[in-house]
Amino acid sequence: MNVTSRFAAWSVAATASAVLLAGTALANDQLVKMSQDPAQWVMPTGDYGNQRHTALKQINTGNVKELRPVWTFSTGVLRGHEGGPLIVGDVMYVHTPFPNKVFALDLNDQGRIIWAYEPKQDPNVIPVMCCDTVNRGVAYGEGMVFLHQADATLVALDAKTGKLVWSVKDADPAKGATGTSAPQVVKNMVLVGVSGGEFGVQGHMTAYDIKTGKQIWRAYSEGPDDQILFDPAKTTNLGKPVGADSSLKTWEGDQWKIGGGATWGWISYDPALNLVYYGSGNPSTWNPTQRPGDNKWSMTVFARDADTGVAKWVYQMTPHDEWDYDGINEMILANVKVHGKDTKALVHFDRNGFAFVLDRASGALLQANKFDPAVNWATGYNLQTGLPERVKQYSTEAGGAEHNTKGICPAALGSKDEQPAAFSPETGLFYVPTNHVCMDYEPFKVAYSAGQPYVGATLSMFPPKGEKHLGNFIAYDVNEGKIVWSDPETFSVWSGALTTAGGLAFYGTLDGNLKAVDAKTGKELYKFKTPSGIIGNVTPFEHGGKQYIAVLSGVGGWAGIGMAAGLTEDTAGLGAVGAYKALSNYTQLGGVLTVFGLGD
Amino acid sequence: MTRAHMLAWCAAAALLGATSLQIAHTARAADSPDSERPYTIENGHIDRATFRGYLYYGDACLRCHGPDGSGSSYAPSLVDSLKRLSKQTFEETVINGRMNVGTANDKVMPSFGTNADVVEHLEEIYSYLKARSDGAIGRGRPKKIGETDD
Repeated sequence: MNVTSRFAAWSVAATASAVLLAGTALANDQLVKMSQDPAQWVMPTGDYGNQRHTALKQINTGNVKELRPVWTFSTGVLRGHEGGPLIVGDVMYVHTPFPNKVFALDLNDQGRIIWAYEPKQDPNVIPVMCCDTVNRGVAYGEGMVFLHQADATLVALDAKTGKLVWSVKDADPAKGATGTSAPQVVKNMVLVGVSGGEFGVQGHMTAYDIKTGKQIWRAYSEGPDDQILFDPAKTTNLGKPVGADSSLKTWEGDQWKIGGGATWGWISYDPALNLVYYGSGNPSTWNPTQRPGDNKWSMTVFARDADTGVAKWVYQMTPHDEWDYDGINEMILANVKVHGKDTKALVHFDRNGFAFVLDRASGALLQANKFDPAVNWATGYNLQTGLPERVKQYSTEAGGAEHNTKGICPAALGSKDEQPAAFSPETGLFYVPTNHVCMDYEPFKVAYSAGQPYVGATLSMFPPKGEKHLGNFIAYDVNEGKIVWSDPETFSVWSGALTTAGGLAFYGTLDGNLKAVDAKTGKELYKFKTPSGIIGNVTPFEHGGKQYIAVLSGVGGWAGIGMAAGLTEDTAGLGAVGAYKALSNYTQLGGVLTVFGLGD
Repeated sequence: MTRAHMLAWCAAAALLGATSLQIAHTARAADSPDSERPYTIENGHIDRATFRGYLYYGDACLRCHGPDGSGSSYAPSLVDSLKRLSKQTFEETVINGRMNVGTANDKVMPSFGTNADVVEHLEEIYSYLKARSDGAIGRGRPKKIGETDD
C-alpha cells in the first residue's frame, strides 16, 4: 500500500512546522507529540489527521474474542451520547450531552472521580438544538480542557482541578446558534464551529487564544469576502482564484445572512501545510425553491491558514442543496495511493453519498465515487468542473414547492453523518460507518423568525428498494475508489470507528453492540451488548501496560428521531416490510461509558 | 416581532379565549381529548387544510417529536398525547411552551408564539395530529383529497 506510517509522517510534519513557526508553535508541538503516544488519546479526533487509528496491538484478531468489560461509568444523563473520552496521562475526561457535564476520572483508581464540572445553562437552549442535545467531546491543550457548551459558550477548565479558567460566548442561542461540536486545539488557539442550520444561522469557524479566550479570527461560511476571510485573488476553487464576492453572488438579496452553512463537524489540521480543514452544512432553509443560487459556501470543504483563517482553497460538494446533505463530515488526512499515485490526500465521506478525494495542498478534486450503491440523486461527478451530474427525477427543486419527490437515496441524514470513519495505515483502507436509508422529500415555503425552526421541508424515510437493513459498516479503498467489503447492520451505523495495529476495526451499533471485525475481511470477531444504543466513538488507550477500548453508549441524536418509532412505509412502495422494526424495541436511553480489556 | 407575526399571535391568543394561566389550571383539573374531528377523510385521503398541517408539522415539530408524530428518543409521541389532551391544552402548549427540567428530566417544549408558520397553521397541525391520534390516517405522507393514487 506504500503508506507512510502515521508516526513517521507526523513527526516529519511536526519538525517542519516547528522550523517554520518557531515561537508560536509550542502548544502545537507538545500536543502533536502527545498524540503520537498510543497510550493516550488527547484530541477528539485522535490525531490531527482524523485517522482514528491506534498503534496498540495487544488486543488483536487472535485474542479479541476474550475481550470483556472491565469497568463502567454512568454519566447520569439520558440523552444521546456522541463523541468519546480523552485520555491524558493517567486521567480520562468524559463529557455528556446537555447539561454538558465533564468528569475527570482517575485511571489509577478504577475511574474514581477526580473532579466534575457542570455548567449552569438556560434550559431554553434545549429545544433550539436540532436533533437532540448531543455534544461531541472536549479538547485538551496547555493543561486545560475545553468544553463547547450547548449554549454556544466555549469554556477552558483547569485539567487538574476542573476550575474555570476562561469562558467566551461564541454565538447566540436566542438566534438558534448552539454548540454541539468538539473544539480542536491548533497551535496557540482553540478552534470551534457552530450548530444551527435548521434555524437560519450564518455559520462560522472561530479561533480563540488558548490562554485568554480572546478571539483571533472568525470566518463565516457565507457573506462578503471580509466576513468569509477570502482573498479573491489567492483563495482558489479547483485551482482557480474564486474572484470577488464569490459567496454574495450566489444568494438572492440578503438571504446569506440566514444562510446556514453551520460548522458542527470535526476539525483536521496539517502542521506541514499549516492548514485547518472542516466542512460547512446545509443552506437554510431546506426548501431549495426559496433560495435561488449555488448558496456558496454552504456544503463546502474549507482549507484555511491556521494563523489568519484566510481560505487557501475551497470546494463546494453540493451546490444549491436540495436534500439537506450537510458537508460537515470529517476530513481524513492520509498519504495514500490514488489511482496508483502517491498522494497527500484529504478523504471525505460526505452525507451526499460520495467519497471525495482531494489533494489537500492544492484542493484539486481527484476522485468522487459512491460509497453506497443505493445513492441515486446524482450519477457521478465531473472532476474538472467539480459538479455533480444530477438526476432530475430526484431533484426536489425540479418538482417545486409542495411536490413530493419520491425515492431519493440517501435520506437527509446522509449515507453517513457525523460519526467519523477510520483509516488504517496497515491495510491502507478506510472504515466507514454508514446509513442505508432513502426518503421522500417535500419542500414548502416558510418564514424566518429568529430562534425558531427554519426548515421548510418534510420527509419520510425508508430502506432502499427491496432491502431490510438500514446501515452498513464498510471498508473503502481510495486507490481504486471502491468498496472492498460491506457488513450489513439492522440499523444505521452511528458510531465513530477505530482501527488498530492488531488488525481490528471497531464500531458500535444503534442496538447497543460494540463490535470488532477483522480489518482485512470484515468478519465479525467479537460483540458485546452495552446498556444502550451506541452513537459514540470507539476510543483506545493503554494504562499500566495494558490496552483498553472505551465507548460511550446512550442512544439519541438524529438516529433517535428517525428510528425510535421505526421508519415509515414509504409512499413509493419501495421498502421492505421487515425493516420497520422500532429501535425502541431494542434499546432505551442512558449514558454509560464501558471500558473493555483482556483478562489477566 | 413583525406586524404580521404580532397579528397572527393575537389571533391565536384570541382563539384560545382565555389567559394561559386559566387554561393551564383547567387543563390540569380535567383534561380530556376532544371528540370533535376537525379533519375530513374521503377514501383514505385527507382535506387540504389537514395536509398543510402535515407539512408544517414537518417544519416545526418533526425534529423532536419524530416522523408522523410518532415520538423520538427524547420527545413524546403526539399520537399518544392527543389521546389525553384537549385541543385547548395542545394549543396552549404550542404557543407558550412547557418546561420539565430536573435530575431525571431535561424536556423543554419551546414557545412557538413568535413563529408565524406555526401560529397561522396551528389549527391545521392540530387537525393532522388529531387524525393521526384517532387512527384516521397512518404513518408517512397522507394523500390529499383529489390527489391520484399511484
